[in-house]
Amino acid sequence: MSGSTTEKAGRSGLALRLSGALHRRLTLPPRPAGGVWFFVILAIAALVLAPVLALLWQASRGSVTLWSHLMGSVLPHALGQTLILMGGVGVLVALSGTLLAWAVTAWDFRGRRLLEWGLLLPLAVPTYIVAYAYLDLLHPIGPVQEFLRQMLGYTSPRQFRLPDLRSMPGAIVLLSLVLFPYVYLPVRAMFMTQAANLLEVSRTLGLSRRQAFWRVAVPSARPAIAVGVSLALMEVLNDIGASEFLGVRSLTISVYTTWVTRSDLPGAAQIALAMLLLVVALVSLERWARRNQRYSVNAQRARMIEPLLIRGPRAWGMFALAALPMVFGFLIPAGYLAAEAVQRFHTAGLSPQLLREAGNSFTISALATLAVLICGVIIACGARLFPSHALQIAQRISGLGYAMPGTVLAIGILTVSAGFDRSLDAAMQSWFGVSTGLLLIGSGMALGYAYLVRFLGIASGSTEAGLTRFPRSYDHAARSMGRSAAGTVFSLHLPLSRSAIAAGGLLVFVDCMKELSATLLLRPLNFETLATHLYGEAARGTYEEASIAALAIVAVGILPVILLARVGGQARRRAS
Amino acid sequence: MSRITSVKGLLLAGSLIALSAAGSFAQELNLYTSREPGLVEPLLQAFTADSGIKVNTVFLKDGLVERVVSEGASSPADLLMAVDAGNLVDLVERGLTQPVTSEVLNTAIPANLRDANNEWFALSMRARVVYAAKEIGLKEISYDDLADPKWKGRICIRSGQHPYNTGLIAAYLTHNGPEATKTWLEGVKANLARKAGGGDRDGAKDILGGICDLAVANSYYVGLMRSGKSGDEQKAWGDGIDVILPTFKDGGTHVNVSGAAVAKHAPNKENAVKLLEFLVSDEAQKLYGEANYEYPVKPGVALDPIVASFGELKVDSLPLADFVKNRKAASELVDNVGFDN
Repeated sequence: MSGSTTEKAGRSGLALRLSGALHRRLTLPPRPAGGVWFFVILAIAALVLAPVLALLWQASRGSVTLWSHLMGSVLPHALGQTLILMGGVGVLVALSGTLLAWAVTAWDFRGRRLLEWGLLLPLAVPTYIVAYAYLDLLHPIGPVQEFLRQMLGYTSPRQFRLPDLRSMPGAIVLLSLVLFPYVYLPVRAMFMTQAANLLEVSRTLGLSRRQAFWRVAVPSARPAIAVGVSLALMEVLNDIGASEFLGVRSLTISVYTTWVTRSDLPGAAQIALAMLLLVVALVSLERWARRNQRYSVNAQRARMIEPLLIRGPRAWGMFALAALPMVFGFLIPAGYLAAEAVQRFHTAGLSPQLLREAGNSFTISALATLAVLICGVIIACGARLFPSHALQIAQRISGLGYAMPGTVLAIGILTVSAGFDRSLDAAMQSWFGVSTGLLLIGSGMALGYAYLVRFLGIASGSTEAGLTRFPRSYDHAARSMGRSAAGTVFSLHLPLSRSAIAAGGLLVFVDCMKELSATLLLRPLNFETLATHLYGEAARGTYEEASIAALAIVAVGILPVILLARVGGQARRRAS
Repeated sequence: MSRITSVKGLLLAGSLIALSAAGSFAQELNLYTSREPGLVEPLLQAFTADSGIKVNTVFLKDGLVERVVSEGASSPADLLMAVDAGNLVDLVERGLTQPVTSEVLNTAIPANLRDANNEWFALSMRARVVYAAKEIGLKEISYDDLADPKWKGRICIRSGQHPYNTGLIAAYLTHNGPEATKTWLEGVKANLARKAGGGDRDGAKDILGGICDLAVANSYYVGLMRSGKSGDEQKAWGDGIDVILPTFKDGGTHVNVSGAAVAKHAPNKENAVKLLEFLVSDEAQKLYGEANYEYPVKPGVALDPIVASFGELKVDSLPLADFVKNRKAASELVDNVGFDN
């Protein structure tokens, strides 16, 4: 769709301007980075960097004596557990996300349209909720085992019970069940828009469908797989609730223990920053490994893959297999929550408070998503328009917030926001004798800032991934025909990467809805969200009281999934 | 673009401040609490009905100290409410509180349950107890017995790093010294039926699920279950286990507290003290029992019947402030013996 827009614009403008504008631009050296863009992007990067620097300052205030204790009795185990957990989840989500994306783009079968968006639904289920739901369902006194005992004729769980879910394999499977869409989503977008040309060529050269998948589709989707897997793994690093339930002692738990149990914030900041270094190293390694590869197709119009129609038992088998992650990652936990919520509704009714909390969650998440998307697009497009080292670094910095455990990052943001609030308050008092109180924290803006820092990487990353698919010659053409930088963004980048941006927006929104650490720490007085309500109940072990809130988080998370499915559907219809 | 957003943001914030300023003419007070809203809400409603003072709350959990530290002199916080004696002492040590002179508080709260300089006050107590499977018919147990090899593979407990457990271990440490504590912890670890983790209520569930015979947990979870407030299923869970109040060798049962302190920069200090005084009134102390099955701090207030059914509570004589000092050492011991691994 977008290819044709540019072509038209190109044809009409070309004849008129070619002689003057193009000639002038081709003979001049590339323009230096646009001044305004440069400063705006640096400012955004500075906003993200500020809390990390605040943490660095916190860390530097501590002693290093902590490390001898950590090295001796904590790190070997915690590091090992973290690596196994990340490795397990990484492999599972990469495999399942990619195969599922391939299944719904390369084949056409009954139920495929349902799966296309149905496979996104697990995104709406936070990791701690899926862990809680399955623990209850599969507990020896839960419904599943009770049923099994009845079938087998046992009367007590002391006679027969299944192995405990609370284990490393259990954690890997449960986390993967809700995190695979992070891979499925970008990889499907990649397959849909890019792979067609390459695949057709590979098929004419005699590759089978299976060979084409492994030798063409997968390698060409590598940036998308890498982005998806790294997002999923950062969610794993950020998780505390599910690990706590499932008895996995990850590094994040060590950070948390150091801070909360030993009241050693500097120590916690030190471990968190060390983890950040590890993540940055991993991400850089992946980028370095594909440094010499280009992933854009040529300037011809991108086309959709022509899916192969299958019918009969094969189609049913395909549907059943591909539907499994949706069933286990969404239908079962959501169904369980719904059943609990109905029961709760009967005993306690629906409190008006809950509606207010839902409103709060939705409003703050929607506003924050908008801000995050605007900043993300500015960064990704700016870095593409004006390639320079400074902007590339700024782009990398924008992803930092997502690579740290949210609990610790929230403290960095608190330090920055409260520092600003206090200075402003003091200044206003001494100059004008008025107190501004806590401007950022009191108004909820600190919360928006936290979401920006935390999720900017998703928005800029997905926009970047969307743009990478298109060759730079598009940009050169637009610029040489006299489009300003902003004009290029609006007429070229945004239309071209629309579905990638929408996908990023979806992830950001759902993540904001689920976000807990920063929300808990930074919200103003009398401002509860669904997530904080749920946490309040969970903290005293009364989950069922919050089953309606949990269901609401999941339900609100579904809205953008549907929205995104529609955007994707439109793009597909227009393209075909 | 970003300039427009920030100007809009400022305007929005300005109007919000104007709104909150307008609201501040009425009597109100700002409460920062790390107790769950579900537990505090009934008490606050009773207070507002009683005094006409509106309470604005924010529930903060682990970041309470950091939030108040960061907000400094601009902080609107009046009263800081927290669970665990260690957290209350932390507030004082970080210089976030101020002393309160109140005859009402001093009379209602025994001296060992408040700060020597009146900077924090305990408002309710909870005992660290043992849940036991009904079929083993256990009548009494000491904390030391938990390390007895006869319980091998039969005990469930949450993470050793949870404040409820570090409190207990710190108290054991204060009684018995580091060497004995290490040996004891290793013994308990060897007796675990599953990895330490989950919550206190999971202990009760796991006993019913046949995974373990004993679980170390706080007293009030049983109350919540047995009351049937959370449904019939949980009532069955609560009734399916016995609650035993364990003791230290030559000591009593380990008790921790929830409490509160007036914030150093409290803009509404008077109201904060009023709330504190209300919370030790007979009415409120009774509510602590009814809403959350805790023990009152005020002597003479009747126990909730479910709480009373656990038996007579003999509180360990060790002052709170003493074992609080050993929390960090306890937490390190937990790591050293790999209790949670």
